[in-house]
Amino acid sequence: MRNRSRHRRGVAGDVVAELAGHPALIEQIGAVGRRSITRTLRQRALLVFPMLFPLILFAINGSALNAATRIPGFPPVSYRAFVLAVPFMQGALFIAVTAGIDLARDIESGFFNRLALTPLSGPALLAGQLGGALVVALIQSVVYLLVGLATGVGIASGVGGALVLLALSILIAFGFAGVGALIALRSGSGEAVQAIFPLLFVTLFLSSASIPRPLIAVTWFRDVATYNPVSYLIEGIRSLVITGWDGRALALGFGFAAALVIITLGLAGSAMTNRLART
Amino acid sequence: MSRFLSVARAVAWRSIHNTLVSPAIIVPSIVFPLFFLAAFAGGLSKIAQVPNFDYPPGYTAFQYVFVFLQSAAFGGVFTGFAIARDFDSGFARRLMLSAPRRSGIIAGYALGALARWVVTGSVVTIAALAAGMNVPGNPEELAGMVGIGVMVNVVAGLWACGVAMFLRTEQAGALIQMPVFVVIFLAPIYVPLHLLTGWIHSVASVNPATTVLEAARGLLAGSPIDVGLAFVLLAAGAVVMGAWARGGLASAERAG
Repeated sequence: MRNRSRHRRGVAGDVVAELAGHPALIEQIGAVGRRSITRTLRQRALLVFPMLFPLILFAINGSALNAATRIPGFPPVSYRAFVLAVPFMQGALFIAVTAGIDLARDIESGFFNRLALTPLSGPALLAGQLGGALVVALIQSVVYLLVGLATGVGIASGVGGALVLLALSILIAFGFAGVGALIALRSGSGEAVQAIFPLLFVTLFLSSASIPRPLIAVTWFRDVATYNPVSYLIEGIRSLVITGWDGRALALGFGFAAALVIITLGLAGSAMTNRLART
Repeated sequence: MSRFLSVARAVAWRSIHNTLVSPAIIVPSIVFPLFFLAAFAGGLSKIAQVPNFDYPPGYTAFQYVFVFLQSAAFGGVFTGFAIARDFDSGFARRLMLSAPRRSGIIAGYALGALARWVVTGSVVTIAALAAGMNVPGNPEELAGMVGIGVMVNVVAGLWACGVAMFLRTEQAGALIQMPVFVVIFLAPIYVPLHLLTGWIHSVASVNPATTVLEAARGLLAGSPIDVGLAFVLLAAGAVVMGAWARGGLASAERAG
């Protein structure tokens, strides 16, 4: 009987019911996070396509651009090893969109309005909502790493470096999930979230994703790539794969990733407060 | 015939109008090829220094031809998205009820795809010329390259039209663009075919898109290669995809 009523209510109903009392902050995050993770895992298309697309590009570009390794000054590694960092970034960009769309759908469907009637705090709601994005980030980062290893790419920094790589890629994905959440909270529209995807992709195009910055011959492109934080996120991951332990690259990678998380989640938190106040 | 033409004209006009008045539609289809051009021609230009890279007009022209044909293909793909949207919104069903010759609907959407690409292809060409691209080909050769682009647009548009009409939902988007994307990217887009190695060389060697791309690059460079073969392949593609689109239309008619 209890199961049937639970089934009828659905996961969203469970969350509202769970939050009807005065739960602690961690319980609040847990309730919203469980729903976010369940919903994400149920939408297989959200898991498979964003994971597959970067792998297809990795397979094609990793071979098609192998000739680039013959450019004087190119690091003495295979192009596949050089470009392995890119799927992690592309995956993070997809996470920005999926996290934002999930949040926008909750706003559009009125689920947010119901949550506003519970004692749930804004930060708990935001952290919980991004739980699904974190799970996707973890799964796809592990898959990219395993595919890289399976295709013969070695991790120059060893097992410890692989773990740091996973940590950095998840931090980056969390930062981009914050971008998606911010747009969703500001606009309340899934269409607006989708519209930012090309813009995010452009930041990847105009970076050192395909070739080391010193080897970019066109001055304006090299300048843009130098000022583009995405270059440093990629170079942080790449350093672990092809160089080993490069303190400067890692400091810049983690620094920019942490800054992205702090800025986007800070702004998203403020947008969340406004949205909950409005409802 | 006049009923076919009037349906085709009406559908094409609506498609062109929607494209031109909706920034959300026209802007991405222009901006994306431009960024491909910037990222590939700008970011990877040192690849021209790789030993045995032999394309005299230079790397910008080498990449321009790819982006030009890619924009042609995606002009067709984006039209497939629009058809799927028309089915989702219910407009396509009303259109099929009112059209006296339904095959004109396919022709109309194909014309719409072509018009969309005229805009995108022109912008990409202007950008490449502004970036200092060399164009050694004579006017007839350049017209041949544009002809290849038109055929690519038609083939991709018919493919997208068929998928959209078979599935009749916007969720068909990934299925519309993925095969086009993969076929294009399995051609020698970054370096000439002889510089590819491993599995990608084997695949690119038998990929019809390679012949088409190399023919267009040859025409731009003023030294045509396999142009006739490229047109034969594209004509065959248009016939097959035309039948595919017609099958999609029949499926949509059966679905009511």
